[in-house]
Amino acid sequence: MEDKEKLEGQQRGRREFLSCLGSALACSAAAAAAGTVASGTVAATAEATEVQPNPAIPGYDWNQHQWAFGVDATKCIGCLRCVEACKKENNVPPDAHHFRTWVERYVTLEGEETARIDSQADPVNIAASGSESEYRFADRYRDAKVELAFFVPKLCNHCTHPACVQVCPTGATYKTEDGVVVIDHTYCIGCQYCVQACPYGARYFNEEKGVTDKCTWCYHRITKGLQPACVEVCPVGARIFGDRNDKQSAISQFIQNNRVSVLKPETGNAPNVFYIGIDKDVS
Amino acid sequence: METLVQSSPFTGYVYPNETIIPWTVLIVVYPYLTGLVAGAFTISSLYQVFGFQQLRPVAHFALLVSLCCMVVVPIPLLLHLGHPERAFNAMITPHTTSAFAIFAYAAAFYVILLILETWFVFRPQIVHAANDTKGPVGWIYRVATLGSDDLSEKALSYDKKWLFALAIIGIPGAHGLHGYVGFVFGSLKSREWWSSDLMPVIFLFSAIISGTALVIVLYVVSCKLRKVPVDLACLKVMAYSLWGFMMFTLLLEGLEFASMVYRGREGIDVIMTFVKGPLLVPFFILQFGLGSVLPLAVITFLIWRGTTGPALVAAITTSACLVLLAVLMMRYNVVIGGQEIAKTGKGLLDYQPPVFAREGLFAAGCVLVLPFILLSIVVRFLPPWHEAEPALANTRTR
Repeated sequence: MEDKEKLEGQQRGRREFLSCLGSALACSAAAAAAGTVASGTVAATAEATEVQPNPAIPGYDWNQHQWAFGVDATKCIGCLRCVEACKKENNVPPDAHHFRTWVERYVTLEGEETARIDSQADPVNIAASGSESEYRFADRYRDAKVELAFFVPKLCNHCTHPACVQVCPTGATYKTEDGVVVIDHTYCIGCQYCVQACPYGARYFNEEKGVTDKCTWCYHRITKGLQPACVEVCPVGARIFGDRNDKQSAISQFIQNNRVSVLKPETGNAPNVFYIGIDKDVS
Repeated sequence: METLVQSSPFTGYVYPNETIIPWTVLIVVYPYLTGLVAGAFTISSLYQVFGFQQLRPVAHFALLVSLCCMVVVPIPLLLHLGHPERAFNAMITPHTTSAFAIFAYAAAFYVILLILETWFVFRPQIVHAANDTKGPVGWIYRVATLGSDDLSEKALSYDKKWLFALAIIGIPGAHGLHGYVGFVFGSLKSREWWSSDLMPVIFLFSAIISGTALVIVLYVVSCKLRKVPVDLACLKVMAYSLWGFMMFTLLLEGLEFASMVYRGREGIDVIMTFVKGPLLVPFFILQFGLGSVLPLAVITFLIWRGTTGPALVAAITTSACLVLLAVLMMRYNVVIGGQEIAKTGKGLLDYQPPVFAREGLFAAGCVLVLPFILLSIVVRFLPPWHEAEPALANTRTR
């Protein structure tokens, strides 16, 4: 966590500079002039810094990587270790309403057209685990005739055209050069426009911090050559993570050797989490 | 954490993070207020630009209503932000692709325009008051003249030119600002309930009717308080405008809903369940029936019968109150309703606004009352009543 914050702090450099510059401008420009003077100057400054500097992480060059994520739903057993690991690794609020990653269960019963869907956050599953901070799928279909059942892990899709980044009024959330969508918690104003814009429900508002939050693919880990926490703990290899620039990486092989799909392609967001083993009911 | 979050129960399947509704009643109040601003400004402009002389008794008052509402507009937004102290970040480094980034500029521009227009409208009164009033209040008036105390024929005609220009800029300004609020919602592809090209237009028309209705109600109330007769010709023009704009609004809303149902895209089943279930009372009964069809029928009846006198005043004022309720419900049904339909397209949430919370009903109510408190103070300093004008005219000719 400490390293992660340090890294984020370094990236914030230009933002803080802009923030100071902007504050000075905002103070000096009276309300009457605000519309013209401040916008012109700052827009120009923002444009000048459009090319993002490489974050000062020892031995890491974000221009050398293009991260991506794969989910093999045929392997997922719904053990929810990924959810638990993510909550602990990223200090996600330990309740049933804040998740950077979650797992959905799709069960089609005999004679039914569509799947019954629940996640670990469903009240029945919380009752089974006994606590909102312990995760379990209740054995609720024990006596039913199940025709088809599978689990689907979900997380932020780190889209190529992220709707959340598009709508952020301050630029606090942005896409890094290596393909990860992150949030600058020191700059986010907490308007939650991004929470609305994400079609995947991947973002949540952290009430304690007053900012939005989401999966970062454990950016603090991957930039050190580690795997995201959820990938690390998955006992069956249902989660695959790696660098698409490396053609031999697990993710490149995963995408190359399977017919992968993405969620809600019609949104035009172009997700970077690739799925196999999901069906029509998954969205 | 438990005290900080208020989750909503749900049916069907919703994403786990969706169980906390992001935009609450304060975000219902925000487009409601901007709508009142645009609507009241329309009434003022009909006189100022298009020369509707019947609207003279309310023209200046409508301008003050617009100003008082506009000043309050940022408050619900600031109350909603997780870090209100960072609100200026959006002005300092506006993210150009965000529909919301220019709001601060648009709002600031419009507040300045309204203040300028108010100053030009009330300049003769300010100058007279500065000359006649002593003490600290007189001092305030003298500062408010900004050193411009020339009330000659030439100066006043110069003022008139400015007023005309400002009102002309103000029309696209006020309506642009509100249409843009509609765009903030309509441009989101993540929610089927919001994602509509008609959304900005519907926002705009409902804004005009809400502002007109507010000016009607406040004008009648002010007449009662000041114990002066209500100008029936003026009231009729406002009621006719209300009628016309309401027809448009209803048609547009009907078209939007029909398109959504007819297209029948993914998730329409859940939307239909929502419309027939939780939306029955807030939409069909309150917004559509009580707030739109009934006042429309009442005003149609008044026009047809040629009703006049106290009956006309009472019926139009009641209708206007209902319209105000309808537009508030429309904002609620759009903002909250949109979030009650899950992004999964497979579930519905049931949001129950808290009463006493930072984003509760009480806070929203306070924000809604604020413009009227402000207005009651402002009209004391700048009386917008045209009965005061002949006295001024006399002093001018002296």
